Amino acid sequence: MIAIIVIIVVLVVLAAVFAGMYNSLIGRRNQVDNAWSQIDVQLKRRHDLIPNLVEAVKDYMSYEQETITKVTEARAAAINAGQQGPQAQAEAENALTGTLKSLFAVVESYPDLKANQNVMSLQEELTATENKISFARQFYNDTVLTYNNKLQMFPSNLIAGMFNFTARQYFVAPEADKEVPKVDLR
Amino acid sequence: MYEQIRRNRRASWLLMGMVVALLAALGYAIGAAWIGGTSGGLGLLGVFGIVAIAWSLIGYYTGDRLVLAVSGARQVTHDDAPQLYNVVEEMTIAAGLPQVPAVYIIEDPAPNAFATGRDPKHASVAVTSGLLGMMDREELQGVVAHELSHVRNYDIRFATLVGILVGMIALVADFFLRFSFFSGMGGRGRRDSGSGGDANAIFMVVAIALAILAPLAAYAVQFAISRKREYLADATGVQLTRNPLGLARALNVIASDPDSLRTANRATAHLYIANPLRGKKAKETAGLFDTHPPIQERIAILLAMAHAGPEALTAGPRPADATADAQQAGRAVPPPAASSGLPGLPGLPPILPPLGGMQAASGEAPAQAPKAPAPPVPPAPPSAG
Repeated sequence: MIAIIVIIVVLVVLAAVFAGMYNSLIGRRNQVDNAWSQIDVQLKRRHDLIPNLVEAVKDYMSYEQETITKVTEARAAAINAGQQGPQAQAEAENALTGTLKSLFAVVESYPDLKANQNVMSLQEELTATENKISFARQFYNDTVLTYNNKLQMFPSNLIAGMFNFTARQYFVAPEADKEVPKVDLR
Repeated sequence: MYEQIRRNRRASWLLMGMVVALLAALGYAIGAAWIGGTSGGLGLLGVFGIVAIAWSLIGYYTGDRLVLAVSGARQVTHDDAPQLYNVVEEMTIAAGLPQVPAVYIIEDPAPNAFATGRDPKHASVAVTSGLLGMMDREELQGVVAHELSHVRNYDIRFATLVGILVGMIALVADFFLRFSFFSGMGGRGRRDSGSGGDANAIFMVVAIALAILAPLAAYAVQFAISRKREYLADATGVQLTRNPLGLARALNVIASDPDSLRTANRATAHLYIANPLRGKKAKETAGLFDTHPPIQERIAILLAMAHAGPEALTAGPRPADATADAQQAGRAVPPPAASSGLPGLPGLPPILPPLGGMQAASGEAPAQAPKAPAPPVPPAPPSAG
């Protein structure tokens, strides 16, 4: 009698532990997916902001139409790349970041534009969105780290193996992003 | 981090329990001394106990609003202060918080900031207009990251409760001390001097001792808790921004500002990123009653993280002017422009006493804010300082 009770208790405890580990794996995996979708939200936001910026600056910058065209093209390419997998998307978004940087550099040389309230607030919004993109990627990598750790560490790796949980990929910065920005030390 | 969250949750419950117990004991002592006998003690014990439980619950659910109201903070939207709001959103994403905290601005030239709330879903961040005026985007990011670390760690729950509950203990003890000196000593003492005189005298001594010790003990808790938390929030903040220099430069800006924050008092001081109550001399080491670790030490730690020397604090593009928000809102900083149509606060400066005697002045400041609600926290008795 006592032996049966002991066995039942042990089984119940084991089942509870298993369920806990399984649920925590699911929770972590959902967190990774959610973190990834947050990146997309911010990328989308950037795509939406760019036409406004182009509209605001194009009349001032009659000699810089090429820069503006490049931004518009890069935006279109980035939107298309969204359907072609994370790698292509990252590259296209990176190219877009580059063209935006050169556009803002040009804006700097137009005092009228720099002082324009509309341009200023668009610039702030785009800066914020760029930051949000990189912080969202950073957070995505953090969640991947905790998820992959759980996946590979004992004892939750046993359950992960049983239910075919697979490790997630880190977001890796495209080559151009790795260039250390030049800092002017005075 | 998860351990820190657990610890904060446990500490919050423990604090509420301790405060209820302490107040019940205080109630017993006061009741026995003042009404007389065990029945009086038990009666007041019950009353104090119920009040303490009710107040704990109020502190838990509305403590953040009380703290914000006492501090004279007003909520802003994205359109009022785009850069501040954007930075808060950025750090929300970096910290992976479930939602963007409510953003508040305190109209005050002294640069400072705090976070409050009971969990990440009910959180608020407040910064002063002076801070917005003095800091560039990176520095602001450092400050906001520090505050959101408090949010994520549940420091805000514990710290807000400490402010509200400690404030209450001071209130009760203060009230009793004053009351017994003005009336208790005279009439009642004489009438009871016959039979129960000795017992009452003993209770009286105990009651006064408790009334003096209670706020001291409560303040000691308050001071002990927040110093370690500040270091931790600095570190977690850097983990979010990956930029120790931003926060280091921000703290340097805060450290070099001599002004006290008018709407801060001793019940809320520990919530801020840096001590809002400035003493006459800057101290190098942490004393028993300091709410914050020495700011220079925090800067040194952050500089070490960045492998940089003190020159990094001033290197780089140091904007002579304000963040975009301060300019955009038409707010002249540092003197808060009276023209901005803000409810309540612009009228403050003339009625403020000079802040030389810091301890005495600081506790009274909120009471003088014209439209701020009555502060739940009275100035602690001078003896507690």
